[in-house]
Amino acid sequence: MLAALRCVIARDLRLAARRSSDVLTVVLFFVIVVSLFPLGIGPEPQLLRTVAPGVLWVAALLASMLALGRVFAADHADGTLEQMMLGATPLGLVVAAKIFAHWLVSGLPLVLISPVLALQFDVPRELLGVVVLSFALGTPVLSLIGAIGAALTLGLRGAGALLSLLVLPLYVPVLIIGAGAAEAAASGLGGNAQLLLLGALLIFAGAFAPWAAAVALRISVE
Amino acid sequence: MEKKTGTLSLEAVDLHCVRGERKLFGALTFTLRGGELLRIGGANGSGKTSLLRIACGLLEPTRGEVRWAGENIRRLQEEFWRQLVYVGHANAIKDDLTTGENLHVACTLAGVPRRPAQIGEALRRLGLAGCENLPARVLSQGQRRRTALARLALSEGMPLWILDEPFAALDAAAVDCVQNLIAEHLARGAAVVLTTHLETRITAATTRRIDLGAS
Repeated sequence: MLAALRCVIARDLRLAARRSSDVLTVVLFFVIVVSLFPLGIGPEPQLLRTVAPGVLWVAALLASMLALGRVFAADHADGTLEQMMLGATPLGLVVAAKIFAHWLVSGLPLVLISPVLALQFDVPRELLGVVVLSFALGTPVLSLIGAIGAALTLGLRGAGALLSLLVLPLYVPVLIIGAGAAEAAASGLGGNAQLLLLGALLIFAGAFAPWAAAVALRISVE
Repeated sequence: MEKKTGTLSLEAVDLHCVRGERKLFGALTFTLRGGELLRIGGANGSGKTSLLRIACGLLEPTRGEVRWAGENIRRLQEEFWRQLVYVGHANAIKDDLTTGENLHVACTLAGVPRRPAQIGEALRRLGLAGCENLPARVLSQGQRRRTALARLALSEGMPLWILDEPFAALDAAAVDCVQNLIAEHLARGAAVVLTTHLETRITAATTRRIDLGAS
């Protein structure tokens, strides 16, 4: 069973490596959206410092939407998804492995690049740790919740637009808590409460989202 | 109530299938035991693929149930799927992976990881010797089908094969090869369900036929 999960993760990473343009698009989108804000709202350092966490998180939400369509679509189109459903490993675990691989290629790069972009907004150095940590805890939640939406809209016409309508409202708690972590740390309260909440969200989503997505996939494939 | 756990048998009990508004088939009942071949015929759109998808548990029948060794497959789930090889219309081949990698993934997902040497041997049997390291992108339609069917050569231990149009896009030599694989598997005491438009020459102890849309 573990061999099957390892195999799914290795396969998805290999596929991503052979299609690196898909991964680069998401990262570049994130960088560009974040960079547009200082140009749009002017170079006032105090203002930039205030909006930085919110801007970073909104851009991360949109970037993760961009990548979501790919979680199951290709496997559905070529029949691999059917084979996963008829495999020896419970579908929920296979889906969890796929979501993890998806986060590694679409979420982890955002985590790694977020401190650099935060510097662009003159975020004080001691807050960078909180920003990175909130991203590290929050972006997997985005992948997990998004996977349910991607499974529900699989094979539908206009799936992309429908997916955003379905998933973006569900991202709101992550956005509020994630952006709140850096704000609370900046105001001297410390971001621990928000980080713990994000961690709790991650555990909750990690335990339930793969199974919900698996059920949705079975319905979509019928 | 007789319970036939342990014995290998696929039973369909009073299956009905309605897709959209159209009734594809109704009151379909059959039993398939080890060593038997079930050939499903019928015109295009008569529900052959739907029947196969119901038999392997991808599709829920409108009414009725499918049993494996006396138990409903919807309750058995992985326990049933671990014993099943399903080759559908779609080949489940990734363009960006090599032929060997594709087969490796397919076997590992099915719960029977295979070594590269065994995968190479299976590909050779299907006439794809030396293609292990070619990306599937460069293969022809027939070669892709052969790659998907090479799984059969690696699944001797699976007691039930369900094959949807296995001979589509294959040339005469490959058709012979796949028919031999099926005949060998039947001789081992396994059960095979397939749909095809070709007249097959598969030697089996018992060949059952279902013609959909005839009634």
